[in-house]
Amino acid sequence: MHDEFLMGNEAIALGALAAGVNVVCGYPGTPSTEVLETVAKRRDGSVYVEWSVNEKVAMELAGGASYAGARALVTMKQMGLNVASDPLMCLEYIGVKGGLVVLVADDPGPISSQTEQDTRSFAAFSKVPLFDPSSAEEAYRMVQEAFDFSEKYRTPVFLRPTTRVSHGYASIRIRDPEEYTVHKPEGFEKDSSRWVIFPRLSFANHRRIEERNALLHDVFSDSPLNRIEQETGLPKDIRKGIAAGGFSYTYVMEARASLGALRTLKVSTPFPFPEKLAVTFLSGLDEVLCVEELDPYIEKELIYICGKYGLKTRILGKMTGHMPLSGENSRDSVQAAVAAFMNIHLPAEPAEEPPPLPVRPPVLCAGCPHRASFYAVKQAMKGQKTAFCGDIGCYTLGNAMPLDMVDTCLCMGAGLGIAQSLNRLEKDRSCFAFVGDSTFFASALPGVVNAVYNQAEFTLVVLDNSTTAMTGHQPHPGTGHTMMGEVVEKISIESILRGIGVSAVETVDPLDHALAVETVRKTAALPGVKAIIFRSPCVALFRSSAQVTIDPAACIGCKKCIREIGCPALSFRDGKAVVDAGQCNGCTLCKQLCPVKAITGGESHA
Amino acid sequence: MRKNIILCGVGGQGTVLASRLISSAAMARRIPVLSAETIGMAQRGGSVFSHLRMGEGLYSPMIARHEADLMIAFEPGEAVRLLPFLKQDGRMIVSSRAVMPVTAALSGTGYRPEEMLAYLSSRVAGLTVVDAEKALQEVGSPKVLNLILLGAALRSGALGLDPEDLKQAVRRLIPEKFHELNFRALDYKA
Repeated sequence: MHDEFLMGNEAIALGALAAGVNVVCGYPGTPSTEVLETVAKRRDGSVYVEWSVNEKVAMELAGGASYAGARALVTMKQMGLNVASDPLMCLEYIGVKGGLVVLVADDPGPISSQTEQDTRSFAAFSKVPLFDPSSAEEAYRMVQEAFDFSEKYRTPVFLRPTTRVSHGYASIRIRDPEEYTVHKPEGFEKDSSRWVIFPRLSFANHRRIEERNALLHDVFSDSPLNRIEQETGLPKDIRKGIAAGGFSYTYVMEARASLGALRTLKVSTPFPFPEKLAVTFLSGLDEVLCVEELDPYIEKELIYICGKYGLKTRILGKMTGHMPLSGENSRDSVQAAVAAFMNIHLPAEPAEEPPPLPVRPPVLCAGCPHRASFYAVKQAMKGQKTAFCGDIGCYTLGNAMPLDMVDTCLCMGAGLGIAQSLNRLEKDRSCFAFVGDSTFFASALPGVVNAVYNQAEFTLVVLDNSTTAMTGHQPHPGTGHTMMGEVVEKISIESILRGIGVSAVETVDPLDHALAVETVRKTAALPGVKAIIFRSPCVALFRSSAQVTIDPAACIGCKKCIREIGCPALSFRDGKAVVDAGQCNGCTLCKQLCPVKAITGGESHA
Repeated sequence: MRKNIILCGVGGQGTVLASRLISSAAMARRIPVLSAETIGMAQRGGSVFSHLRMGEGLYSPMIARHEADLMIAFEPGEAVRLLPFLKQDGRMIVSSRAVMPVTAALSGTGYRPEEMLAYLSSRVAGLTVVDAEKALQEVGSPKVLNLILLGAALRSGALGLDPEDLKQAVRRLIPEKFHELNFRALDYKA
């Protein structure tokens, strides 16, 4: 054993390795990404790791590995679980052989997601047991326990950290590699009565699953993972308690330390719920406050248990207006809610009026090629009736002023379908769907096939920066290398599109502004499905030292460079545009649009 | 020893590495550390923070309002934003240099860092303003603001660590060719 300072996601990865995991696969997504990256960094040669093309494929790989008796970990964010839900729903009915842990990171806030969906509710829906860690240390232990549990009960198991657990750091005592469990897969055994899902099998297994989960209510009630922290040092007539799970439990424990220790139920396995333990917790209490994020999950379970066992305890939480319905909890919000629940008056905050603070929405990096791509399309389509359908990734930031180039954004790959429909209903509207290179492989292909087959009309724009940028630069099928460190043939986006039958496929460097505009103009005017690939590498990966300079004597202070492209390296001081040398990457987009040629230097593109 | 430290700034300024250096130094002294920080979309030019807590018996890595013993602010506006987290008698180290958001460049208004610094000095008794422009020039690299601020925090006494603790952390976490530069930044005195 030794101590390490680890991010929650790193702790989960090392826990999985300590449990003898054989196969790890997934698709990047904040806040889950570092789990797989850490496995890749810290594994020994016997562990197979890959970034799969999307979460559905990753889930199917993990299922296959488990069929062969391997221990498998599949990682994704909560949005990815939607993509993987088809195989997972069925896997629960089929059951597993090798331990299968499904790591899904939820994102209260949301901080970097489209929805505030709650994987605990998905667990109840899919009938898959779920472990809900409240710290990095607990996540390290839980992932190991989850593998044993999965094999014992022949079911996939969710491990669900939230952003603060995944991205929090703690000094943790962990096993040395020599102490790792060694798990040897037995191999696949043919048995069509087990591995082939048919209605008759589903009927039989459905009953088996319900019986098992009923048993797990008791198993989890006796598990030390779920526990009651007793009340201490409070007057006898306080008949109140708190139920909490996930990261919110740490907020509750901090509030207990400062406000007084109410009886507290920690729920680490929200599904199946530790019912007997909850009854013990509830007995003798008049009121319980539920402290949790996302859905009122524990709250509803406790209300159900009160009804089932005829308990008179009043359950308070999100549905009674005692806790916020959406967003993240915080130390202060939980402290305030618990104080109010205990009738403790906290001193009011003095009213402060700081000077107006700068607003800092996230922006595309200085020199980001996406800025140039959006600007080229914007210039080319000026004055025409258009729709710009965006997608999930760095390029969602193309919505910011002054670019203002994202009219819709729904989920990965959705822009293609939306663009097809917008044009079908208004034939005079020129529709564009923007996808990144990783998103193209992950979820755009069915949309392209659909468009060509159904004779749709729109322009597909692939923003190819040769990486999965927003999540921290993961490789994908177009990058030519894998997570196992192999150099492989790059899969060509152009060849795929031509193979499907896209009529025109143009590739252009977006940083050559005049040519980019001309390419968009010509291509968008063609009938049917056509594609433009803007290819230029991510500036965060390939930094340039060739920065531009602005000659103050030549600058006329027209602000065109600032007004048109919104580059964070450009600002305006004393009537002149100035460039921040610390940020400029020499993309020269500003140089190309300066009307008086006051900007020089940078990389050569034209 | 229990200490709550907040580092804040704008994505890309190096707050994460600074936080990691403090954690590593504390760990080497066998002090338990919990921390949390901004990762993801906000790193692209947004407001970012690290919460860092040292000591026994802590549950949450997050710091509550009026709980921070020390705040290391890489940017004056961000210092004001997170000021409510600082204890009444807490120490603050702040860089004088503003990072202008794109929104400010667009509207042409910007914000005035002097106003922020004036607001801070009227409210924070233990305030140290670091003239970043001058310091970076004298140390000779635009990239070491984090080590310069850490140095100022060390000398304020509020970090509870010795210079040698942090130098060891630099040796552990930063490639050797940058050691000399980082030590110079850490030792820099205005």
